[in-house]
Amino acid sequence: MRITELFDRGEFVVTAEVGPPKGFHVEGVIEEAKTYLSGITAVNVTDNQSSVMRLGSLATCKLLKDAGLTPIFQMTCRDRNRLALESDLLSAAAFGIENLLCLTGDHTKLGDHPGAKPVFDLDSVSLLHTVRLLESGVDLGGNALVGEPPKFAAGAVVSPCSDSVDAQLAKMERKVMAGADYFQTQAVFEPEKFIEFMEKAKQFGKPVQLGVIIPKGAAMARYMNNNVAGVHVPDDMLEELAADKEKAKAGITGVEIAARVIKACRPYCQGVHIMALGWERHIPALLELAGL
Amino acid sequence: MLITKLKSKEELLSLVTGKVFIINCHGCKEVSFPEQEADELEKDLLAAGKVTGILTTDYICNPENLKLRLERRRTMIDEADAVLVLSCGVGVQTVAEQLGDKKIYAGCDTYRLPGYQGVTPLEVNCDQCGECFLNITGGICPLTACSKSLVNGQCGGSKDGRCEVDPDMECGWERIYRRLEAVGRLDALKCPVQVRNYATDKDV
Repeated sequence: MRITELFDRGEFVVTAEVGPPKGFHVEGVIEEAKTYLSGITAVNVTDNQSSVMRLGSLATCKLLKDAGLTPIFQMTCRDRNRLALESDLLSAAAFGIENLLCLTGDHTKLGDHPGAKPVFDLDSVSLLHTVRLLESGVDLGGNALVGEPPKFAAGAVVSPCSDSVDAQLAKMERKVMAGADYFQTQAVFEPEKFIEFMEKAKQFGKPVQLGVIIPKGAAMARYMNNNVAGVHVPDDMLEELAADKEKAKAGITGVEIAARVIKACRPYCQGVHIMALGWERHIPALLELAGL
Repeated sequence: MLITKLKSKEELLSLVTGKVFIINCHGCKEVSFPEQEADELEKDLLAAGKVTGILTTDYICNPENLKLRLERRRTMIDEADAVLVLSCGVGVQTVAEQLGDKKIYAGCDTYRLPGYQGVTPLEVNCDQCGECFLNITGGICPLTACSKSLVNGQCGGSKDGRCEVDPDMECGWERIYRRLEAVGRLDALKCPVQVRNYATDKDV
């Protein structure tokens, strides 16, 4: 199932994401996904997230699909040149994986192999362009594919609370031009900024899923404020997280904050994308509190 | 060594829509400049009445030197809608830095050759990629100003105008966006999807 079909029907689409392990024992991830994410439309599988080497996104997508979930294959341009990316797109099609999220990817210097060569032969925009080209039956080298071409729902990302939101909107427009079907955003903690962003982004006519992180505590929130571009947890939320450490640790405060953000932004977007970062067990409570 | 080669006539004429001031940089001794092709282009543009003035010099990458030369031709530059620079990428970027409010066009692609790369200022850099992107970025090289060398716009890793890969580095695409905004050329970001061509050196 391509998630564009749901957007087309006007459904409010809820997705979440899982990070493959650093190892090949994937049973835990699959079990967790089956337990906590079965009520969710589709599950993103990250691709060497934060430039940290892990089990492959494509393999994990296939295992999730076999377990009855709908995977979204995240593809970054950091680790593969255009031949490898195109080849993996065909591999995904062969596995019946129909949903993609196309990203440029973090720089290798930020991860656990800082000495690795960053590839970036393509980027998010030219990768989207490549997806659409393959769907027309031709590869980037101009060569015809054999047989029926693949068909994907190709998503992209945007950072609505970035301090250079104008440049982000310009990039978003290039992604739309290159053929993006839908967008997932960086985590939002400031609904007013998101709403302002959506006022400008709605001209592109593409569905946007609000990015949500369940904050695990004041320390994590401060870490994001200092280190994660485009994410800002406002002071009142920081105070709320710091006020009752036990409540925050149990996930209750984080779930309350995330649910409030979702409720405030829901009228302005077409879905929610939850990045639980290991707190998948809190997703059912979040969905309930947010009324999803 | 490096080679500057004129972009296709078709591309150059698409850039010169109004009147231009032209700068030819015969370069340092490490550069091979397409003198004959540049002459022909300039004759055509002069005949069409599109040229407000021509500066032919060397070492335009030397900011002090360039500043003096540009000041002396201020009227001709003011009369022009754009400045067409025939030089390596460092030269174009140096002109763009100095004439911040002016549309600056790169007329050449710069190709790498083995050996000494010449004397260039540290502030700007040219990757000698053979497919100059400066015309869609307002004269700031996305290959050398962006840590990922992205050619289709900003990634999500800019914080307070800084690159998350290197906090000492400004986000190149933030700079490009501001520059294009300042010269009224944000439409440049609506250009077709850019895909790098790493096979350029076979053309030299």
